[in-house]
Amino acid sequence: MEVALNWYLSLSAVLFTIGTLGVLFRRNAIVVLMSVELMLNAVNLTLVALSQSMGDASGQMLVFFAIAVAAAEAAVGLAIVIAIFRSKVTVDITEIDLFKG
Amino acid sequence: MFFLLATLAVAASIGMLVARSPVSSALWLVLTMFCIAGLYLTLNAAFIGVVQILVYAGAIMVLFLFVIMLLNLSALPELSDINWTWGAAFVLGIGVLSQLLYMVALEFDLGVEPVSAEQAATSGSAESLGLMLYTRYALHLEVAAILLLAATVGAVMLAQRRFE
Repeated sequence: MEVALNWYLSLSAVLFTIGTLGVLFRRNAIVVLMSVELMLNAVNLTLVALSQSMGDASGQMLVFFAIAVAAAEAAVGLAIVIAIFRSKVTVDITEIDLFKG
Repeated sequence: MFFLLATLAVAASIGMLVARSPVSSALWLVLTMFCIAGLYLTLNAAFIGVVQILVYAGAIMVLFLFVIMLLNLSALPELSDINWTWGAAFVLGIGVLSQLLYMVALEFDLGVEPVSAEQAATSGSAESLGLMLYTRYALHLEVAAILLLAATVGAVMLAQRRFE
């Protein structure tokens, strides 16, 4: 491999941080879900980079299942967003405060 | 090639972070997914790269765009981001980044020699992954199938009901 493993790990750290910032910054629930997907992708990149540099395909199996779970998570998360939108007509996460007494 | 794709991925994800409308956020994220798929190809992980394009860029992002379209978000007023949380979020983000980069900089010993590109191409091929998927990980595959079925049924149920 011509590019060192550390570059891949650093890139995925940067992408993970951008995803974290997206979750913290944005108020649109759909964009927050997209940022979570970005964080999952950053972790997947770490797993694939380590798996390929160690020659062990188990890490890639983990990525495969993580992608399957991410698809399920996106479907359920968006269904929750639709359900909230129907009752409150907003996707602003600061206005979704049912627990706030 | 790596540096081109990495720069593009970081730029596209920052574009997702700062885009005003959720539709352009989603399109920036699609570009990020394609860049990550390209990075998998530079790692010789061809199968995962193709799955990334098929599932993420193909299915999940279409789901996101479909929901944005369904909710007709453009009819709503644009959400302005609150100012006072920016500082806290920024500090937290820098904290996370420095912690992760510190872990990378430690250069912990993996205990194995890095393998050659040919070996990596073999371990990342659809053949070897498929062989593992249907032998050692067969039970996991069944569980993932049940999970996807449950998520589909649950998503339909959740999106249908009206709760007050």
